[in-house]
Amino acid sequence: MKTLFDKVWDSHVVRKIENGPDVLFIDRHMVHEVTSPVAFLGLKSRNIGVKHPEKTFATADHNTPTINQHLPVKDPLSAKQLKALEENSNAHGISYWGLGHEKNGIVHVVGPEYGITQPGATIVCGDSHTSTHGAFGAIAFGIGTSEVEMVLATQCIMQPKPKSMRINVVGNLSKGVTPKDVALYIISQLTTSGATGYFVEYAGDVFKNMSMEGRMTVCNLSIEMGARGGMIAPDEKTLDYVKGREFTPTGTAWDKAKAYWDTLYTEENATFDKELTFKGEDIEPMITYGTNPGMGMGIGNDIPTAESLEGGVSTYKKSLQYMAFNEGDSMIGKPIDFVFLGSCTNGRIEDFRAFTEIIKGKQKAPNVTAWLVPGSHKVEAAIKEEGLLDILTAAGFELREPGCSACLAMNDDKVPTGKYAVSTSNRNFEGRQGPGSRTLLASPLVAAAAAVTGKVTDPRELL
Amino acid sequence: MAYDKFNTLKSSIVPLPIENVDTDQIIPARFLKATERKGFGDNLFRDWRYNPDNTPKKDFVLNQDKYAGKILVGGKNFGSGSSREHAAWAVYDYGFRCVVSSFFADIFRNNCLNVGVLPVQVSAEFLEKIYAETEKDPKAQVEISLPEQTITIVGTGEKESFDINAYKKDNMLNGFDDIDYLLNIKEEITAFAENTPL
Repeated sequence: MKTLFDKVWDSHVVRKIENGPDVLFIDRHMVHEVTSPVAFLGLKSRNIGVKHPEKTFATADHNTPTINQHLPVKDPLSAKQLKALEENSNAHGISYWGLGHEKNGIVHVVGPEYGITQPGATIVCGDSHTSTHGAFGAIAFGIGTSEVEMVLATQCIMQPKPKSMRINVVGNLSKGVTPKDVALYIISQLTTSGATGYFVEYAGDVFKNMSMEGRMTVCNLSIEMGARGGMIAPDEKTLDYVKGREFTPTGTAWDKAKAYWDTLYTEENATFDKELTFKGEDIEPMITYGTNPGMGMGIGNDIPTAESLEGGVSTYKKSLQYMAFNEGDSMIGKPIDFVFLGSCTNGRIEDFRAFTEIIKGKQKAPNVTAWLVPGSHKVEAAIKEEGLLDILTAAGFELREPGCSACLAMNDDKVPTGKYAVSTSNRNFEGRQGPGSRTLLASPLVAAAAAVTGKVTDPRELL
Repeated sequence: MAYDKFNTLKSSIVPLPIENVDTDQIIPARFLKATERKGFGDNLFRDWRYNPDNTPKKDFVLNQDKYAGKILVGGKNFGSGSSREHAAWAVYDYGFRCVVSSFFADIFRNNCLNVGVLPVQVSAEFLEKIYAETEKDPKAQVEISLPEQTITIVGTGEKESFDINAYKKDNMLNGFDDIDYLLNIKEEITAFAENTPL
C-alpha cells in the first residue's frame, strides 16, 4: 500500500545506492539569482553544460527592488548578481524572467502561475520554500548550491528517502481563520524541528476545502517545522488550476499526464511513520511573539511563561529579550510600526483580497509604514483588474512591484532596528527583516487589522 | 566543489549552547550577494559577533580568545531555516571542519556534507558533557574519527558513536562529491529521462 509520497518518489528513482542516498530524477528546476552563481561557476570549472535547459527556469526575485524597477538597480552587488543570472541563463539556453519581464515574480509564485508546477513532478530550487509546489501533489523541496550545480549538470539529485508523516486537519475553520493560521498553528504544536527528517502529506476536510492558493501557503510553511516538504493529493481543484496554463501539457500529452495524475493519492491502508490529527475548530487567528515560527499562539492568548516549557529556558528568554516582550504579556494592543503583505507565503491574489476585505472603507494608521508587495506581475495585474487597488489607494496604501522584498530584506525594504513588523512572510528570525528588526508573523487578515489600527488587533473584530 | 578530505580531527572546541540556531544567524541575507565563494567566514554569525558599528561584541564566543578550534558545538536544531549553502561555506571558511549538535536541520546537514564540514549528531547528554568539559578547561580536546564514526572527549575518555551513511562517509574520506558520481552514470540518467511522464 503506497502513500502519495511513495508513488511520486519511487517513480523518480533512477538508482538506489546501498547504504546511501537514492538518485532522484528532477522534472523541474527553478533557479534564482542568489543561490545559483557559484553553481554555474562550478559547471564552468568542470567544463560541462546544463543537461536539461528546457526543464530549468530562472527568475530574479530575492535581490530586486520593489519600486522603480524600470531604472537600473542601484546596489552594485545586487546588480552584479542579477547580471550573472541573466548571462548564465543566456549562455545555457535557460528561459530567464528577469526584472521588467512580464512573467517576473517570486519563483514560487510564478511556477504555479505558468503551469511549470505540475502534480506528481519532482521540483527543486535553491530555496527552502520550494515546498510551496507540494500544494499540487508534487515532491518539491529546497536544496543547497552544490545540489543546484548537481541538478544543472545531471538533472538528478542524491537524497535519502525521508520518513513519512501525515497531518490531518479535520472539521471546519472558523471565521477569520486562514490557511496561514492553520500552518502557524501546526508549527506551534510541532515546534520548528518537529517534522525534521519527514516529508509531510496534509489531509482532511480543511485542506480538501482549501483553495489552491491556501494549499500553497500551507505547503510553503512545511519547512518551518523542519519538514523537507509537504504535499496535498491532487484533486479536481488542482487540475482545474493547472489546465490551460502556458507550460501545462495539452492534447495527448495532457491525457498521458492526467492518467498519471489520477493515480496520485494515498492508498487506504498505507501507513505513515508518524500521523497527527488536529481539529479545524481549535484554530484561531495566530500571531508569533518570538524569534522562530514555532513561537506562535492564538492572537488572544498571553505569551507563555518559561516555566511552562520543557527545557530550552535560556534560549527562550534570549528570544523574548530580543523582541522586548515579557512572559505573560498579551499581544493584543501592542503597538506596531510596519506591515508587510507579500512573499512566497502570502503574496498571491487571495491574500490581497483578504487584506482588502478588512481595510475597505478604513484608513491606514498614521504610525504604520505598509509595504504591499505582490508576488508577481500576474498578481499585480489581478489586483488592478479586480478593483482592489482602488480600495487600497482610498485607504492610504500604495502597491509596490513584485519580489521577495522585506521577507528577507536583501533589497532596500528593511525594517529598522527595534521596530515591530506584522508580516505575512515566513520567518521571524532575529534580523530577518533587517538588522535588529522584530517580526510578528501573521495572516493577511491580522496584518490588515494591524495596518488600520496601528497595533495588534484581532481581525474578527473588523470583519 | 573540491574540499579537503576528512579522516580524524582532534581539536579544542568552540561552544555555542543556543538552540534553534538558524542559517539567518549563521550568515545574514545581506551577505549573500556574492557571485563567488569567497570570504564568507568574515561574516559568520555577523550580527551576534559584531555591533552595528562593526566593533566586536566582547561576550560572543568567537570574540573570546580562550575559545578556539576546528569544532563548533551548537545547541539542538542547529542550522534550521533557509537553505542557503552560504551558511555551511561560512562555517568552513572560518576554519571549522566539524559541527557537533544534538540535532541538525536537514538541509543544513546536507549542505555541510557537500562542502566538507562533518555534521556529528550526539545525544543531548553527551552534548552537555562536552560543554561541561570545556567549561572546566576551554582548551579541552575532542577527537573525531570518521572511519570509526566516534567522538571522544579526550580528557575523560568518554566516547559516543555517530551515524553517517556509508556513501557520504566514503565521499568525505576521499574528498569526492556527488557530481563525480552522477556524471559517471550519465547514460543511465539519459535513458531514464526518456521515459518520464512530465
